[in-house]
Amino acid sequence: MIPASFEYEAPTTLDEALDLLEKHGDDAKILAGGHSLIPMMKLRFAEPEFLIDINNIPGLAYIKEENGYLKIGALTREAELEHSDLIHSKYPIFTDASKLIADPQVRNMGTIGGNIAHGDAANDHPAVLIALNATVEITGKAGKRTVPIDEFFFGFYSTAVEENEILTAIHVPIPSNGTGNAYHKLERKVGDYATAGAAVQLTLDSDGVVTNAGIGLTNVNPTPLRASRSEQALKGKKLTDETIAEAAQYASEDCNPSADLRGDIAYKRAMVGILVKRMIQKAAERALS
Amino acid sequence: MAREITVTVNGTPHTLEVENRLLLVHLIREKINLTGTHIGCDTSNCGACTILLNGKSVKSCTILAVQANGKEIQTVEGLAAPGEMHPLQEGFKENHGLHCGFCTPGMLMRSVELLEDNPNPTEEEIRWGISGNLCRCTGYNNIVKAIQWASAKMRGEETPSTEPEFVS
Ligand SMILES: Cc1cc2nc3c(=O)[nH]c(=O)nc-3n(C[C@H](O)[C@H](O)[C@H](O)COP(=O)(O)OP(=O)(O)OC[C@H]3O[C@@H](n4cnc5c(N)ncnc54)[C@H](O)[C@@H]3O)c2cc1C
Ligand code: FES
Ligand code: FES
Repeated sequence: MIPASFEYEAPTTLDEALDLLEKHGDDAKILAGGHSLIPMMKLRFAEPEFLIDINNIPGLAYIKEENGYLKIGALTREAELEHSDLIHSKYPIFTDASKLIADPQVRNMGTIGGNIAHGDAANDHPAVLIALNATVEITGKAGKRTVPIDEFFFGFYSTAVEENEILTAIHVPIPSNGTGNAYHKLERKVGDYATAGAAVQLTLDSDGVVTNAGIGLTNVNPTPLRASRSEQALKGKKLTDETIAEAAQYASEDCNPSADLRGDIAYKRAMVGILVKRMIQKAAERALS
Repeated sequence: MAREITVTVNGTPHTLEVENRLLLVHLIREKINLTGTHIGCDTSNCGACTILLNGKSVKSCTILAVQANGKEIQTVEGLAAPGEMHPLQEGFKENHGLHCGFCTPGMLMRSVELLEDNPNPTEEEIRWGISGNLCRCTGYNNIVKAIQWASAKMRGEETPSTEPEFVS
């Protein structure tokens, strides 16, 4: 399949890209890794008249710690996250997620910015960024603004990025000591989207009491879901089989999966419970190590 | 809605006018006439169209030709000079790493990057490494052996035996 015709520009500065967006508005789309957009264009699910390829703009791909935040440039590829020593040692939840996103070739192209700008609850990074309480940096002609992840996803394929703006970075607060995080998804085979997925970040104090908890869920709600009741159920408590079971139970009750080829609703709720339980345990293990 | 692009394919620069919507795999097969790169699924799943773009293995059915402007492309035809074989090609030949051969160019190109990143992969690392490439014939075992064989050869070590194992 070949996409319908479109105009194409590959600007080399962010300003030029923003000018093009301003000019073409709704008819234009940003092309990052292209591994969600091009398949959709082939299927005519998307028919942009103008593609603005941002791959030739320098300075949009980086992984660094700065001013209390881990900052990840929007154009950072999944493969770069997967192989980064900083990520591997301090933010293993991204390694967990990147490894499970598609396959090595797709990860050489797909970007973290595109993964969330796509606005699809089936993608894996949204849940991770919810668990980490990330903020999203969005750039327009007027400058930069940041949006908390909880205010980023509006609906199916719809996000806080306006049509004349570009998502430029993701900021994750550097976690305090005693923090651990983990992600896992159930997939039928490599390259499949999640049947269900759970991202968990926990901070434990020296007595083993949970002082902070973030839990995000993949593909079990029309938008990426924060499991708020589960987070509350953990905060201020020690992790016991009972508190973990309670948090897992709330997550399976509060999600809204739809039945599809990956399973029916009861099955998906059950899988959410199991994944949340296991990721709480894994995050706690990492917090203590 | 066309533009002029320059791509270097297996060391040779090509300047040509392409439609914006032309896929990279079609550029390679139909404009540059290198038909070693295959189209299996056309949906980024099977890996038959895998090539190296600036040294990274990618699925050329999900990239626009215009995105490759100014870049280096390597296809299976560029692995070795005519009449010669890359150690991976030799490994696939020695270990029956192919039956129909449709998946083979993609498997080879993916394996090039895999062994560059990790010259001594474990069996599990190889299986994860080729998880974006489907083979409907071999059952993968001989492909894994072929890659192990090539990795030994490329490290200058003795290659594993290619005698079949009989189970009594
Ligand atoms: C076979 C296959 C399997 C996959 N499996 C998974 C999986 O298991 N899990 C998963 O999470 N993903 C999966 N994906 C999707 C993949 O991770 C995509 O790469 C990702 O969803 C989109 O990132 P991209 O850089 O390719 O974005 P693109 O496809 O280039 O863009 C996607 C959308 O976001 C917009 N956009 C991109 N970047 C920006 C930006 N900086 N600012 C504003 N708008 C922007 C585009 O305009 C477009 O609307 C899979 C893809 C394939 C082909
Ligand atoms: S043809 Fe490109 S992945 Fe199958
Ligand atoms: S040898 Fe036939 S598909 Fe792999």
